[in-house]
Amino acid sequence: MKRQRLYLVGLMLALLLLVGACGGGNDNAGSGTTAAGTTAEANVSGSISVIGVWTGPEQESFQAVIDGFTKEYPDVKVKYTSGGDNIVTVLSTAVEGGNPPDIATVSQPGTMADFVKRGALQPLDFVKDAVTTNFGDSIVTTGSVNGKLYGLLFKAANKSTVWYNVASFKDAGVEAPTTYDDLLAVAKTINASGLPAYSIGGADGWTLTDLFENIYIRTAGAETYDKLAKHEIPWTDQSVKDALAEMAKIVGDTDNVAGGQAGALQTDFPTSVSNVFSATPKAAMVLEGDFVPGVAGDANPLKPETGFNVFPFPEIGSSGKAVVGGGDLVVQFKKSPAADAFIEYLTEPGASEIWAKRGGFSSPNKKVDASVYPDPIQKTTAGAIGAAETFRFDLSDLQPSAFGGTVGQGLFKLFQDFLKTPTDVDGITTKMEAAAAKAFG
Amino acid sequence: MSGGGSIAGEPPVVAAPPPEHEVGRWSKYALAAGFLAPATVLLTVWIIYPALSTIRRSLYDKSGDNLVWFDNYKNLFTSDQTLNAIKNNALWLLIVPAFVTAIGLIFAVLTERIRWSVAFKTAVFMPMAISAFAAAVIWRVMDQKDPDVGAANAMIRVAHDYVSSPGVLSSAKPSTEDLAGAPSGGLTLQKAVRPGDVALLGLTGVSASEIPADAVQAVKPEPLQGGINGVVWRDFSPGGGTPGKVEPQEVGLPGVTVELLDTGGKKVNSASTDKNGTFAFESVTDGEYRVAIGSKTFAKPFQGVSWLGEKLITPAIMFAYIWIWAGFAMVVIAAGLAAIPRDTLEAARTDGATEWQVFRRITVPLLAPVLSVVFITMLINVLKVFDIVIALAPGSVQDDANVIALDMWRTSFGGISDFGFGSAIAVFLFVLVIPILALNIRRFRREV
Repeated sequence: MKRQRLYLVGLMLALLLLVGACGGGNDNAGSGTTAAGTTAEANVSGSISVIGVWTGPEQESFQAVIDGFTKEYPDVKVKYTSGGDNIVTVLSTAVEGGNPPDIATVSQPGTMADFVKRGALQPLDFVKDAVTTNFGDSIVTTGSVNGKLYGLLFKAANKSTVWYNVASFKDAGVEAPTTYDDLLAVAKTINASGLPAYSIGGADGWTLTDLFENIYIRTAGAETYDKLAKHEIPWTDQSVKDALAEMAKIVGDTDNVAGGQAGALQTDFPTSVSNVFSATPKAAMVLEGDFVPGVAGDANPLKPETGFNVFPFPEIGSSGKAVVGGGDLVVQFKKSPAADAFIEYLTEPGASEIWAKRGGFSSPNKKVDASVYPDPIQKTTAGAIGAAETFRFDLSDLQPSAFGGTVGQGLFKLFQDFLKTPTDVDGITTKMEAAAAKAFG
Repeated sequence: MSGGGSIAGEPPVVAAPPPEHEVGRWSKYALAAGFLAPATVLLTVWIIYPALSTIRRSLYDKSGDNLVWFDNYKNLFTSDQTLNAIKNNALWLLIVPAFVTAIGLIFAVLTERIRWSVAFKTAVFMPMAISAFAAAVIWRVMDQKDPDVGAANAMIRVAHDYVSSPGVLSSAKPSTEDLAGAPSGGLTLQKAVRPGDVALLGLTGVSASEIPADAVQAVKPEPLQGGINGVVWRDFSPGGGTPGKVEPQEVGLPGVTVELLDTGGKKVNSASTDKNGTFAFESVTDGEYRVAIGSKTFAKPFQGVSWLGEKLITPAIMFAYIWIWAGFAMVVIAAGLAAIPRDTLEAARTDGATEWQVFRRITVPLLAPVLSVVFITMLINVLKVFDIVIALAPGSVQDDANVIALDMWRTSFGGISDFGFGSAIAVFLFVLVIPILALNIRRFRREV
């Protein structure tokens, strides 16, 4: 009898211990890897978790980069998980819950700054010299918060490119334009040939902010661009209205947008690419960054140069060559020798070259040999990042994430509203300013 | 089992001397506590503590540092986004439980009569076997606007094309301002023509794939004595060409019906174009005429309904949701139906009641308890609806499709990271569920 009661109490205790163990489990694992790792530099071991934004073909390519690392460090296990579109949510929930991954990528310097403010990130001092020599000062600045390096811009994107279907341009008898007015005229001619000129992936709001930024940096200039990025001038500023008026010439040209504006709002970015990269195209060009061919992937029936081609986003007036770029910053949440070694590895040109060979990748690493890019097109787009007179980071990525980086909210949503009614410039700028004021508030 | 044995062995303990008795009573409490403890611990850790913590958090601001009391709750009724979510949730409550119950009832009653009812019931119940998220992904594809992709629009297209087939030149536009009117209403040459004139009807926007296979280089015909002739052609050569001029590489558009109208707009004659795009009206009496291409030529193919657009997104999601839950309602109601005493129905029929009367006066009242279980279950489900909305609504319309649970998620985790306001929305949702839960618990008690 008594023994049975003891048995019951024992069962309860076991249950309680189990509950307790669940809570503490991760800490134990964490300290374990640290202890194992500090023993020797060359013999780094342990396991690190990486949450990245890359999915599909991009995930495969990054896995190849990881494989290159594990070849050098066979004792380190790297587990990559894709956070996809919701990576900000995934990471901020993980940080709030006290269990972030070792390493993650963020696509917004604003998000990175948020995490620094919350004390969640480790400074990357140990690779600062390597980044300065291999990548250059502008990349160090991009990855720094308050003068300290927190993010490594591993993958850059040249967002100032326009991709077109060569056959469609040939049918219409037009050449790649070099000025904005040319671009509009070419689009009109393409429309007359019986094909909409523009394919717009409006279901993803960021394609619209990219288009705006490309116009804004050209009509307003880099200094005003910086001011708007920091919200030192309001979104109701005349420079914004002027740029939106230019943008309306493209998105408001209803007949000339594949599916019209209503169709564009439901076209996600991959579809907007396949609309153009097709033997029976639904539109002649897509105004997006250098990652377009990577997204088209294996389904792309066209060959570079003869099937599809690229031209730089044209100058507006006397704006000069400008590149709006984006990119993915690698940040470190937890310090460990294995994680440090992985970050160091990513600063080496070899790591970038693995992905560069596979396509859909522009490395900001100056030491990367341009000959590794798989085709002349990528050599051009990747080279343009260094050659630009003005280079600026994607403006929406510099905003607080609630305003500049969240699906269905802030700028993404408001630019979708603008795509719906491109005539209402005053109304939309008022809403943008209200949303910005709230986010910066 | 061993516990049962110990209770069976209890009597000797009761019979034991007083000091022993004291210990026995204490140990009885301990045993009771021991049995209660696991549930208490689990409830505290996973229900009570999070609930209290959420309520506490809802009184703090975004950063969690400043106590703002009920400001977050005031926000509930001033934020447009949240108000829209509340409005949508109200619509969900009004429409969905009623539809699910009604459809479930209809299916249950009808399938009772057919021989292959098991097959039918299985088919209707099938959607319950997949998660709401997966169902939403399926419907997101089915609801695509492009009829080549979305099944819903593909079905409508079949009917649409049967009623009005698309024209041969569905995307054509006039090349110059000489041709007036919107393509949807037909194009008319602005300038009046008289016998002996040549009418030039240039069109652009004709894609290479739309050009009929037998089309050849367009020709501007010589004037016709006592008649009116002209050409309909693709006024486009690579690079654009000069609008309004028939140039090399510009092909005629054969098979287009050209109408000759008098000044009052009445059709006098019509002709079809040739391979090189030419047409002719011979021996026309003198006077002023207009040349036009009828609207049928430009009839657009079906463009697709924007199911996922801002206006139809909520009905589209509701439809998918009803599709999922109708099977559940049907199975539960069918079980209730099987339990109805047959003799009551037979008695009514013998007394001369029609089938409708039997259904309305006997079946439905007898089924009332089952129907209310289904209805209340659906009320609770609909109040907290979330997964299907977030998965089915594209980012651009999530504001329009917003419901309370989704708003809570978007506010807390969707990038705004305002856990204070998010918690307030969660508490609000909880308060809304309480009356329905209370109703349900009371019903259970009554039944027991």
